Amino acid sequence: MAYTEEELKKELETKEYEYGFYTDIESDTFPVGLNEEIIRKISEKKGEPTWMTEWRLEAYSNWKEMEEPEWANVNYKKPDLQSISYYSAPKQKPKYDNLDQVDPELLETFNKLGISIEEQKKLSGVAVDIVVDSVSVATTFRETLAEKGIIFCSISEAIKEHPGLVKKYIGTVIPPKDNYYAALNSAVFTDGSFCYIPKGVRCPMELSTYFRINQAGTGQFERTLVIADDSSYVSYLEGCTAPSRDENQLHAAVVELIAMDDAEIKYSTVQNWYPGDKEGKGGVYNFVTKRGLCNTRSKISWTQVETGSAVTWKYPSCILKGDHSIGEFYSIAVTNNFQQADTGTKMIHLGNNTRSTIISKGISAGNSQNSYRGLVQVGSRAKNARNFSQCDSLLIGNKCGAHTFPYIEAKSNTAHVEHEATTSKIGEDQIFYCNQRGIDTEKAIALIVNGFSKEVLNKLPMEFAVEAQKLLEISLEGSVG
Amino acid sequence: MEFKEKLISSHLAFEEDLDLTDNVHQTRANALKIFEEKGFPTRKDELWKYTSLDALIREDYSLFPKSEANIELKDVKKYFLYDTDTYKVIFIDGVYSPFLSNTTHDGLDVCLMSAALSKPKYRDLINTYFNKIAPSDESLTALNTSYAKEGAFVYIPKKTVAEKPIEIIHFSSGDQDSLWLQPRNLIVIDKNSQVQIIERHQSLKQHPVVTNSVSEIYVHEDSFVDYYKLQNDLTSASLIDNTYIKQEKNSHASVHTFALGGKLIRNNLRFFHTGKHILSTLKGVTILEGKQHVDHSTMVHHSQPNCESHQDYKGIFSERSEGVFNGQILVDKIAQKTNAFQQNNNVLLDDKATVNSKPQLEIFADDVKCSHGCTIGQMDEEALFYLRSRGIPKKEAKALMTYAFANNVLESVQLPSLKKRINGQIARKLGVNLGFEL
Repeated sequence: MAYTEEELKKELETKEYEYGFYTDIESDTFPVGLNEEIIRKISEKKGEPTWMTEWRLEAYSNWKEMEEPEWANVNYKKPDLQSISYYSAPKQKPKYDNLDQVDPELLETFNKLGISIEEQKKLSGVAVDIVVDSVSVATTFRETLAEKGIIFCSISEAIKEHPGLVKKYIGTVIPPKDNYYAALNSAVFTDGSFCYIPKGVRCPMELSTYFRINQAGTGQFERTLVIADDSSYVSYLEGCTAPSRDENQLHAAVVELIAMDDAEIKYSTVQNWYPGDKEGKGGVYNFVTKRGLCNTRSKISWTQVETGSAVTWKYPSCILKGDHSIGEFYSIAVTNNFQQADTGTKMIHLGNNTRSTIISKGISAGNSQNSYRGLVQVGSRAKNARNFSQCDSLLIGNKCGAHTFPYIEAKSNTAHVEHEATTSKIGEDQIFYCNQRGIDTEKAIALIVNGFSKEVLNKLPMEFAVEAQKLLEISLEGSVG
Repeated sequence: MEFKEKLISSHLAFEEDLDLTDNVHQTRANALKIFEEKGFPTRKDELWKYTSLDALIREDYSLFPKSEANIELKDVKKYFLYDTDTYKVIFIDGVYSPFLSNTTHDGLDVCLMSAALSKPKYRDLINTYFNKIAPSDESLTALNTSYAKEGAFVYIPKKTVAEKPIEIIHFSSGDQDSLWLQPRNLIVIDKNSQVQIIERHQSLKQHPVVTNSVSEIYVHEDSFVDYYKLQNDLTSASLIDNTYIKQEKNSHASVHTFALGGKLIRNNLRFFHTGKHILSTLKGVTILEGKQHVDHSTMVHHSQPNCESHQDYKGIFSERSEGVFNGQILVDKIAQKTNAFQQNNNVLLDDKATVNSKPQLEIFADDVKCSHGCTIGQMDEEALFYLRSRGIPKKEAKALMTYAFANNVLESVQLPSLKKRINGQIARKLGVNLGFEL
């Protein structure tokens, strides 16, 4: 046989991180540590109004009372939050008139990542709000969007320019004291994206941000707030890659989505933080809180491709508050080497006639651990709630683990809840079937893994599917054709 | 005084008339220390997330029955599987009733835990098996161990087929105001043997009674045990059942749990494998109404290759009843070629009824076939309409559909008279007479 599973396993283990590089941009970094003083300084530096500073400080005082959660099925050395610098921004921060003025080294970084701003501008029609170390340095297509009344900017700008909107909605879906990392984020977030789609507007292009961690020793605390007003539609893309680094870096983001009546938000993520080397050294800790609120007849759809990070702890959720609202969750989580992922979703059915779909695909290889943890809750006053969940796991090699922890709580006799999960490896018979038809083993594995994750990959927007495919390749090269 | 303190301080009185020099005494003392340290489980424990014992332990219970209850055969005869000749081990308020029982030492031992613990002839067996698989860190099991004295003891020697099923019945007479019972069963099936066991807890009058029972079952090579738990008690009775089963290679253990009534029922069912080609079957039917609460917590630990496990739990919940299913499948790295399946189907009939289900898979081996499925739904209106349009009244139509829903589990009951009995109980529960035997 030309290509066996053994070889695939070996190749997976030895596959090094392709996007591991470090761009030398002079950064403006705060002293390490966290206290009220630092928070005031972050707020001051960003020129925030007093209410925002107060909001941060309240979150901080809540956070001090909280303890780090331990229930997740992951093991890691807890990051020392006092040894992190909470603010880091590229030194040259002026607004550029055109790309020529951008630090060429930074442009080089983008090119290495495959994000050609020019290309994106011209060909794909994607507006890109690129964040390097927490401060957005390039925003495109602002005018096109502005014509429609769409606001798409960094959250710091939004705080300054649209304080009414921010003040009204920030922290309404994920309150600052929601959990340990959400509270931390609320206190120290340095940047992120803000998006507002006015009533009845269908956003003409996919909105997209790329996050990168660039400066050694800085945690990244992104804050994203997407508001889709009545009958509007937006598709939002978020993707990330991070350079190789030996020490663990912390990423604790908060994403809040609000879908008003009849609105639809499609939120897609490709996550490829540095997963650590094959001994499990280094890598990013990804502790993210994502939640969406659905009003009447609205729809929120989460799609995620998780290939990176040493430790992932992430549960994009939907609160189906309005009648006839819809929540969707499509996920592919790939873990390799010593990666650990504990990811899933929460679907909280509160309104009548609400529907939710959960499709989760886990692929574990090497010594990794991959867990699905999900909650489907139907309140006693939620009539005719409908849920379908499917969690499939694929194991490659016998040193990895796949786990499923679904919680299903139904309090209504009109609820229809279905959950199914399977765990398997790539079947010998499947490979044999392909071989028999002249498809060699390498291609066969590629086909099978591809088919296994197709259901989710199909949900990604066209522009992103390419990127997703690329990142899957890095994690499982040789198995994706 | 809180009930926990009472349990701890009453232990001295409990040990008064026992031999304090043997090993078992030490086991009891150690277990009491663990219970003292851990206390009763609370909802903060992941395994007790959906079941709270608070209301139960707020009450006060007497631990020792004050007087011997006077019960006549005619009062309890209906609870026996009368048309089969069976071995019987009967307890009334935790005290053995020789009059109602039918024990044996002829070829196999069906007798009392107290006898097994005290007689020298059983010392080896007790030393080998007693409290060996019950996990030491579970507080309720530790509590039972600390008070372990009475219960059923069954030993089936090599190459023996128990010709008659064994019935283990615990009655509570209701002569005491409130009672806390802690029976302890030990069942050992040696190589190449077979046995069928029926366990039942029944109160004869409405009165608060809590039973915290522990059973240890050892199934040796090539043996087969078929175990049935009938839980159809009055609404004043609560049951915490802890069953631990250790299986050796080529053995088959099957446990059917019929939870049809009681105030609060908690079933902790754990399977441990020590050899290859083991088959474990866990099945259950739960039909509840009122404010009853049933919690099935199962765990199958696959630690050996080529083993198989099947779980199938059906639940039908009406009024304000609550059902919990917490199933766990653990597959170790070396347990390749494991087939583990788990299914939990629930029907909610009223809008105050609740189901909390948590089917879990933890898998570390790659060459396995594992799956779980869980559904929560209602009776199919169209099917109901179909039956009614053919002249079957609504109540009967519903009953027929209930039977069909639970059929997978009922089908696999091996004892015809038991099957008939359970069918009858379900029919009574649904208030129908279908006019034919199912």
